[in-house]
Amino acid sequence: MKADIRVALVGNPNTGKSTLFNVLTGLNQKIGNFPGVTVDKKVGYSKLPDGRVAEIVDLPGTYSLYPKSQDESIVFSVLADRANPLSPDLVIVILDASNLKRNLLLYSQVADLKIPVIIALNMMDLAKKAGTIIDVALFSKTLGVPVVPISARKIEGIEQLKTAVSYANKIALQEDSIDVRSIAPQLIESISNELNLDNPYFALQLAHQHETLKFLSVEQSDRIEELEKEHSFHSQKAQGTETIARYNFINDLLYDTVKKPDTAGDETTSNKIDKVLTHKVFGFILFFAILMFMFQAIFSWAAYPMELIADAFVWVQNTLHHILPSGPLTSLLVDGIIAGLSGVMVFIPQIAILFAFISILEDTGYMSRVTFMMDKLMRKVGLNGKSVVPLIGGFACAVPSIMSTRTIENWKDRMITIMVTPLVTCSARLPVYTLLIALVVPNRNVWWLFNLQGLALTGMYVFSLVSAVVVAWVFKFILKSRERGYFIMELPVYRMPRWNNVAYSMYERCKSFVLNAGSVIIAVSIVLWVMASYGPGNRFERIDQKYQQPRYKTVNADQLQKDIASEKLESSYAGVLGHVIEPVIRPLGFDWKIGIALITSFAAREVFVGTMATIYSVNGNADNIQSVQQKMHQAKNTQTGQPVFTFAVAFSLMMFYAFAMQCASTVAVVYRETKSWRWPAIQFAYMTVLAYVASFVAYHLLR
Amino acid sequence: MRLSQLEVGEKGIVKEFTDLEMSIKLMEMGCLPGEEIRVDRIAPMGDPIAINVSGYQLSLRKREASTIILH
Repeated sequence: MKADIRVALVGNPNTGKSTLFNVLTGLNQKIGNFPGVTVDKKVGYSKLPDGRVAEIVDLPGTYSLYPKSQDESIVFSVLADRANPLSPDLVIVILDASNLKRNLLLYSQVADLKIPVIIALNMMDLAKKAGTIIDVALFSKTLGVPVVPISARKIEGIEQLKTAVSYANKIALQEDSIDVRSIAPQLIESISNELNLDNPYFALQLAHQHETLKFLSVEQSDRIEELEKEHSFHSQKAQGTETIARYNFINDLLYDTVKKPDTAGDETTSNKIDKVLTHKVFGFILFFAILMFMFQAIFSWAAYPMELIADAFVWVQNTLHHILPSGPLTSLLVDGIIAGLSGVMVFIPQIAILFAFISILEDTGYMSRVTFMMDKLMRKVGLNGKSVVPLIGGFACAVPSIMSTRTIENWKDRMITIMVTPLVTCSARLPVYTLLIALVVPNRNVWWLFNLQGLALTGMYVFSLVSAVVVAWVFKFILKSRERGYFIMELPVYRMPRWNNVAYSMYERCKSFVLNAGSVIIAVSIVLWVMASYGPGNRFERIDQKYQQPRYKTVNADQLQKDIASEKLESSYAGVLGHVIEPVIRPLGFDWKIGIALITSFAAREVFVGTMATIYSVNGNADNIQSVQQKMHQAKNTQTGQPVFTFAVAFSLMMFYAFAMQCASTVAVVYRETKSWRWPAIQFAYMTVLAYVASFVAYHLLR
Repeated sequence: MRLSQLEVGEKGIVKEFTDLEMSIKLMEMGCLPGEEIRVDRIAPMGDPIAINVSGYQLSLRKREASTIILH
């Protein structure tokens, strides 16, 4: 879409900025990336009353133009760098009317950059309720900018805001807030001369931020550094001076324009709610109840649509097999591409449900209370209060959980959470565990109450959580922190969730998963399909010829098909690879048949069961594991005559699946979230090493 | 007197900071010299704390609160 004017949305976190963005643009938005950083770029289009189209850029929420995180550093680059492809013609600064003082700091910084600006005064209803009276006309006159009172939630004042955008000036007319030059007169002068700048605040910001700004050349940055030394500029002191000056300006402005009732002793509703929600006992009980509910929902509510999606794909696969002539191309399409697509789509229900919950928790303000309550506990192991949700979500599926770590602002905490989340027992491991436990753990009760098999399964779940915590603790010492570990966080007032935002968030996350992780998963599926469907030389033809022989005519056709499939898999590249890796996995108690299953289940863990079924040439899937189990039970080692699946082997295998990164989707999503192959590579490596060691130890202890 | 020494419900007025880098973040968030701070709550495990400042609620760790000197 071609836009006539570009508008940037700027504001503090929790001011309703994304709600306003959604209201202004509707579904007419797209999410991309800011080049070079892991920050989502949201751009949408809005039709103005005069028929023109405005391109709206939603910039990350920030409290100040001095960035404390990577997200925040984007804001200054986009606003100040005229050469930036997103450089706006106009800025809408959204202010929370019920919390004007702190909100105005960012406004005064943005205004001093002298870009045309409009103020959207949001949450007027809340301010009114609290008895705050704002003289909007005087407010607007003092600042010299249009001020539009709105309520983004109730969709009030939006038309007026759009009108203000269409009438906006092309040049900045706002009054100066503070005397910027007085902070560092000579330095600002020198930088302005050197770089030919006309805005003193831009020059001052360059002095503070030149080391991290990408739009400055190395020579420019070095020159600024020299000038700073020359004028003995102290960045932190200057920032402090500036902030105090700005708050003086804000206090004067508010003194004239805002009347607040004297309610010092009054307790707010939010505070009353917090007395229960962050209570020593009830707080935790409630939090764990919510987590359990969430976990149950992802586990059970998602099961039905997931089955539906899986069944639909199976139906499509079967139908296509019937319609299309059989051959390698059909097989590639049906067993490679469509099977891969099915592996992607099947995650959508879990992602949608988890993000519905997270969006509600964030929107209501409860998420920051969770962080508040859990911070001390989680900090001990190098995690963050907000890591709790991804970790618990990991019991269902690591893919949406890793996507949800974006709520963790601190880079190090977020990386550690991403690194350990796949260790938590996800639902794809369940069929593997059930199969193996049923194979070697007797189905009887101990102490009348506990089923041994159930205990073993519970043990695997607890074990996974413990290992995640231990690994996180280790990472705490390995990873270098990029920013200082702050925990200075706003606790927003409780509000009802905005269902529109919940829906947008679900849609957005599902879309970004399908588009970004999808391609990798499909690629991996195709590679695995090739490995499992082709073999070296003419092995496959020989198998076909062998079963053409008259003595197989008497065999049941169905059984014959399975035998052929089984033998072909053994002779395929995957089978060959299984033989190749056998020396490596023998110390873990695995034979080459298990090796094949390890390779094929790289795409997804639950494929293990299907591969075992094919290898032992029986019909089997996750729902029908009895027959696979029987065959595996009878499997004997051809050399020793001993059963293959002993207690030690089964537990060694479970240890392997507990630690190994047997999930292409997770690898893809970690790549997508960290925007680098480095992290998924590190994760894959450490998990594989852990898996090998744990399996080895388990096998040799239990043998 | 440091902010970290206040009990729930007690108030104080910010005098100065002991950590320059931390003070910039704190001041941006509205904890300025001369501003009144009230301790609203302490997290169940004793850390962090929630304070009321500049008309809203802010949470910070005890270690961070100890860099704020009160009158």
